[in-house]
Amino acid sequence: MKILPALIITGSICLAFAQPRDVTPSKRQRTDDNPMQRAPGSARARRNPFEGKAVEAAAGGKLFQQHCAECHGPKAGGTTRAPGLFRGEVREAPPGALFWVLTNGVVRHGMPVWSKLPEQQRWQIVTFLEALNRSAEASVEH
Amino acid sequence: MEFGLFHRRLWLFGQHRFGRLLILSFMLLSYQSSFSQESPYIVTYDHYLEEPGNLEVEYFSTFGTQRGGNDFHAFWAEFEYGATAWWTTEFYLDGQTTFSDSTVFTGFRVENRLRLLEREHFVNPVLYVEYEQTRGGDKILKEVEGHDVESDFAQPNWELQKEHDHELELKLLLSTTSKGWNVAFNPIFTKNLSPSEPWEFAYALGASHPLALRALPNRCSLCWENFIAGVEIYGGLGDAQHLGLPNTSHYLAPAFAWNLPSDWTFRLSSGFGLNDNSHRLLLRWGVSREFSGFGELVTHLFGGRP
Repeated sequence: MKILPALIITGSICLAFAQPRDVTPSKRQRTDDNPMQRAPGSARARRNPFEGKAVEAAAGGKLFQQHCAECHGPKAGGTTRAPGLFRGEVREAPPGALFWVLTNGVVRHGMPVWSKLPEQQRWQIVTFLEALNRSAEASVEH
Repeated sequence: MEFGLFHRRLWLFGQHRFGRLLILSFMLLSYQSSFSQESPYIVTYDHYLEEPGNLEVEYFSTFGTQRGGNDFHAFWAEFEYGATAWWTTEFYLDGQTTFSDSTVFTGFRVENRLRLLEREHFVNPVLYVEYEQTRGGDKILKEVEGHDVESDFAQPNWELQKEHDHELELKLLLSTTSKGWNVAFNPIFTKNLSPSEPWEFAYALGASHPLALRALPNRCSLCWENFIAGVEIYGGLGDAQHLGLPNTSHYLAPAFAWNLPSDWTFRLSSGFGLNDNSHRLLLRWGVSREFSGFGELVTHLFGGRP
């Protein structure tokens, strides 16, 4: 009986750290399909209640820094843990699809579900992402 | 000292196992922390797991009143690690001080939580498996099971500590979130690994809601969005031989969490006994901090590729 706890502890710790770490963005792009496309039609059709509101985008920016930046990078440019968010599929995704991915995560590939944030806060993050992509597009055009 | 030479010496130091542990401890203290949105529950679990690669270090205290004996202060430390987005593993160390008696170490627990469904559904199930090796003096009351009653804790520590328990605990964590409300229900099944002991049953039910649903644009400690209020109700349901409510204890506990932007979370819960078998008051509080990227740090330090 005394060996059981030792086995459980060492087993848990070894297995936990032996889990494959997140792949680099380029590898991820090869192996993972676009999670935004998995959003059902009804979710994609949802409208962002805060669309174009600068205050909500600013609040979303704060939430992004608190919850998302550690993986997606402080400027959403991506890290070794998760891809950047200036990609075409993010830029072209309807707000409802972004909201759906935020809510459901991409659990198999390491992104947790974020439904623990109230719905309004998730829309604030979507508003921030839309504003971010708009400003990135504007800077490219100039 | 030249910067490159300093790094070389640090690297050489890191080649020793003890050195690695020291470096790890130092880096953990100075490492990037992560804002967490923790629920106020202390007994009930919702379906949200630790973010992958993050380590959450938590300390909890329980002050309990005791009729027929001395009041006590039980405490435990939790180390919660997000192995993946669907698996969280956790290690606990428990102890207690019984006033006018003594302070004793009462055991440890290892738990694993596994998310069963990939996407969010109306009800989200998570499987909870825990092994615990505790002594009879364990008073953290992390869950109240079977026929656990107040009088079980009235004896002095030297007598309680004679008992050694090896237990397997299974829970099904069912949780739903809608319009800011989270409701979680945990049926609990516990088996003392001694063959003569029957399966014991228990429950925990919790509901919580943030005090504000929208975030303010500025960083703030005292804004409503950082506070979550809730209530828990938990207790025993007897065992396989005597299933039911007789000789069981039950608690109702309003609970409160304050998630600070400085990455700390404080929890407070005041549990009131609902029948004569229950402690009259279980006052609990806890403090926790989450460290982001801990898994990568450990993997890197011990020679793995991040």
